[in-house]
Amino acid sequence: MRGYRNICLGILSMLASLSAHAEYAWNFPEPVTPMALDTLHVHNKFMLISMAIFFVVLAIMIYSIFAHRKSKNFKPVADKAPSTGMEIFWTLIPFAILLLIDFVIMGIPAYHSVVMMEDTRDKATMVVKVTGSQWRWQYEYMDGDAQGIKFVSNLSTPKEQTDKGFEGKKDEQYLLEVDNRLVLPVGEKVRILMTATDVMHNWWVPQFGSSRLAVPGFLRETWVQVDKAGTYRGQCKELCGKGHGYMPVVVDAVPMEEYKAWVVAKKAEMAKASAGADKEWTKDELIAEGKGVYEKNCAVCHQVSGAGLPPAFPALTGSKVANGPIFGADGKYLKDGHLDRVLNGIRVMPGWKALLNDTEIAAVITYERNALGNSVGDVLQPSQVKVARQ
Amino acid sequence: MSTTTVAHHDEHAEHPTGIMRWLTTTNHKDIGTMYLTFSLIMFFVGGAMILGIRAELFQPGLQLINPEFFNQLIGVHALIMIFAALMPAATGFANWMIPLQIGAPDMALPRLNNWGFWLLPPSAILLTLPFTLAMFGIGDGALATGWTFYPPLSVQGGIGVDFAIFAVHLLGVSSVLGSINIIVTLFNMRAPGMTLMKMPLFAWGWLITAFLLVATIPVLAGAVTMLLTDRHFGTHFFDAAGGGDPVMFQHLFWFFGHPEVYILLLPVWGFIPQILETFSRKPMYGYKAQVYSFWAIGGLSVVVWAHHFFTSGMPVPALLYFMYSTMAISLPLAVMFFCWIKTMWKGSMSFETPMLFTVGWIILFGIGGLTGLVLADVAADAQYHNSYFVVAHFHYTLFAGGIMGIMAGVYFWLPKMTGHMYNEKLGKVHFWLTAISFNLTFIPQFFLGLAGMPRRIPDYALQFAEFNMISSIAAFVLGFSQLLFVYNIVTCIKGGKKATDQVWEGAQGLEWTLPSPPPYHSFTEQPTVK
Repeated sequence: MRGYRNICLGILSMLASLSAHAEYAWNFPEPVTPMALDTLHVHNKFMLISMAIFFVVLAIMIYSIFAHRKSKNFKPVADKAPSTGMEIFWTLIPFAILLLIDFVIMGIPAYHSVVMMEDTRDKATMVVKVTGSQWRWQYEYMDGDAQGIKFVSNLSTPKEQTDKGFEGKKDEQYLLEVDNRLVLPVGEKVRILMTATDVMHNWWVPQFGSSRLAVPGFLRETWVQVDKAGTYRGQCKELCGKGHGYMPVVVDAVPMEEYKAWVVAKKAEMAKASAGADKEWTKDELIAEGKGVYEKNCAVCHQVSGAGLPPAFPALTGSKVANGPIFGADGKYLKDGHLDRVLNGIRVMPGWKALLNDTEIAAVITYERNALGNSVGDVLQPSQVKVARQ
Repeated sequence: MSTTTVAHHDEHAEHPTGIMRWLTTTNHKDIGTMYLTFSLIMFFVGGAMILGIRAELFQPGLQLINPEFFNQLIGVHALIMIFAALMPAATGFANWMIPLQIGAPDMALPRLNNWGFWLLPPSAILLTLPFTLAMFGIGDGALATGWTFYPPLSVQGGIGVDFAIFAVHLLGVSSVLGSINIIVTLFNMRAPGMTLMKMPLFAWGWLITAFLLVATIPVLAGAVTMLLTDRHFGTHFFDAAGGGDPVMFQHLFWFFGHPEVYILLLPVWGFIPQILETFSRKPMYGYKAQVYSFWAIGGLSVVVWAHHFFTSGMPVPALLYFMYSTMAISLPLAVMFFCWIKTMWKGSMSFETPMLFTVGWIILFGIGGLTGLVLADVAADAQYHNSYFVVAHFHYTLFAGGIMGIMAGVYFWLPKMTGHMYNEKLGKVHFWLTAISFNLTFIPQFFLGLAGMPRRIPDYALQFAEFNMISSIAAFVLGFSQLLFVYNIVTCIKGGKKATDQVWEGAQGLEWTLPSPPPYHSFTEQPTVK
């Protein structure tokens, strides 16, 4: 009964939204880069051509289906192959039309699009490196004022909404919201370097019209030039494991002045965070901080409760690693100890060295050892992580 | 006359009965029947998996299955549908019909034939066993990388990947054995007078298919073996840290994967014109043009592979080459479409179920072909790639172009195989339900892809909800309509109106000169072809 009501509601809401988003629902979303605009034109042109071909051929077939049928006593002719010159000519016509479409009408603009798409350097004013990891994006500004800005962008849709069986109301940007957005200036050509740390990912914003595979161990490149200010959303487009549906891309395109202000603010924020690494934290502060880090980064596999999803994702509650010693007698962190595991990862588990700062790593380890059913009782300070990294 | 022939032949038809008949048979008709039955069963196994997926995608949010299991279902669905449903169906037809069409008493290598079939059930078990093992706490389920096995994800995966690699090896051996058998049969056992250019078109389609299989399956086998050694023996073929390249796997996989598309379609392109000429009561138009088109497509199919991963990054000249060569495939296809429609033109058509499926097939496969042409555009492909647009596109080519074609063939030859007519009314209902629900399933997916929904995601943003709901409802109608197909086949095997030898008024060719059903051993005396 509820299912039936859901279907009815669904169909009603569908009709309502079709009229509301009529201009977007049937085609690419509004293009905001030269690439996306070009793609939309190519797509529209080609859809018109192919629909024209399709309907002309269909019309001929339908005419034949109704005219040349046995029930109308139509006597079949016996032609097996073109025999006269005129027939051969007519037979070659569809061939010629297609040759024209393939290599002239479609082929020539397609050539120019490819050249434009692949030209990532001419007039590019800045470089951003995008790194895909299971299952988040990391952005790093490589040059200019913003050089050195580096942050991780995680899905920020509340966990309970994405959990199985959630019945309540979902956010408007369900699965398409992140904690740290990539910020780009409007009208600037941005060269994007793409790589990955574990498996392949694909950074895709439909309104940008570009997508490029992020391959671990290789740098690929593409570019975007967002010509209209706004917030643009996309998703990872290459199957990358269980969190593939949960690593959105959100980009804020803002005017140059706003971008510059953002750069200044972001740098100040980063300086504050690195200062935090040098002070002495209390156990409760670390646990409070660590809970947030854990639920954002670790709970996907190890679960909020710490129970994991064995056998692929082991439980942290009672785990040998989380309850064992961190440092050896020589003061260095133990191989296969808790800190080693978080910094460097193992098999399916990614290393977090590059993704989390010292404070976050210290906090999450302290949290894992003193919560989730564990009570080792010790504290790992950010300063110790800083030393361990060297 | 015909009754005495049957009695005479049946004297030679001594064979074990019960299960031993099927285990030990080397008879091409029995083996063909087993291939077709296996294919039908696996069609439902693969279909059940995708209905699980569509049920999950019915609305946003996770309701039924978790993401890990979702990823397993999509990959195994594809492997089963391609390797265990479509390919065995085509091989089943080849076994049944090629000897009958060329006037041979059996396939050239009957024991090899038996072995080729019996490799299939173990590989189907290997593919699906990890699901069951996971229920008992062994391993973490089946292959979760999609059917393409892309490393590093597949290097990271669990035992499901190893099971799938061995399944692909077995399926590959089976396909190569079947192909060798078909090549040898076609080159050596044609009736006197049947030159290659008089061979029925179905045999031609299969000949090209067989060569493509022999040429490309070893490449796939090599690629997955390299994956296996990367996983367990410390090699770094696909690991940049050891000097390898993950994208090289894509090149190797699609060097097989693209010809595979034509491997699935060429047998269908072979018998579709035979159905058209039968129900148009007029010989097929442009036989030679179609044979040459087969050659052209067979040749082109092995040199266009990289269009499956334009977004992986390639030099500009490579992008341009793969774009233009891919577009060139439309040329021989245009010739074939022209020939199909010209065969219907000024014929005397009637629309029994096989003809309905064939006409529907031409239209829907046309949509698959045209959307394939725009996918070749490198710049636009950046948008289409790995979105639902691609999912819709390849289901138009493989469900409409493959499976609906196979269904046309089943209805066309079933009376010949069983000796009974199927239920025509039910067949027509099956066609209309299939064609309508198929379109309602996949047309919304074109729009989903354009709006920006990536494929292979277990949960999606709210803006995609409406089209997914339509698609899911239609998918269930599509799935359950196929029960009519099974019911029709089973009742036709059990009984029904006797079929005549010729079955269809306009049927041409050697298979229609035999009784329906043909005797266990047919053409013990060679017919001659003028």
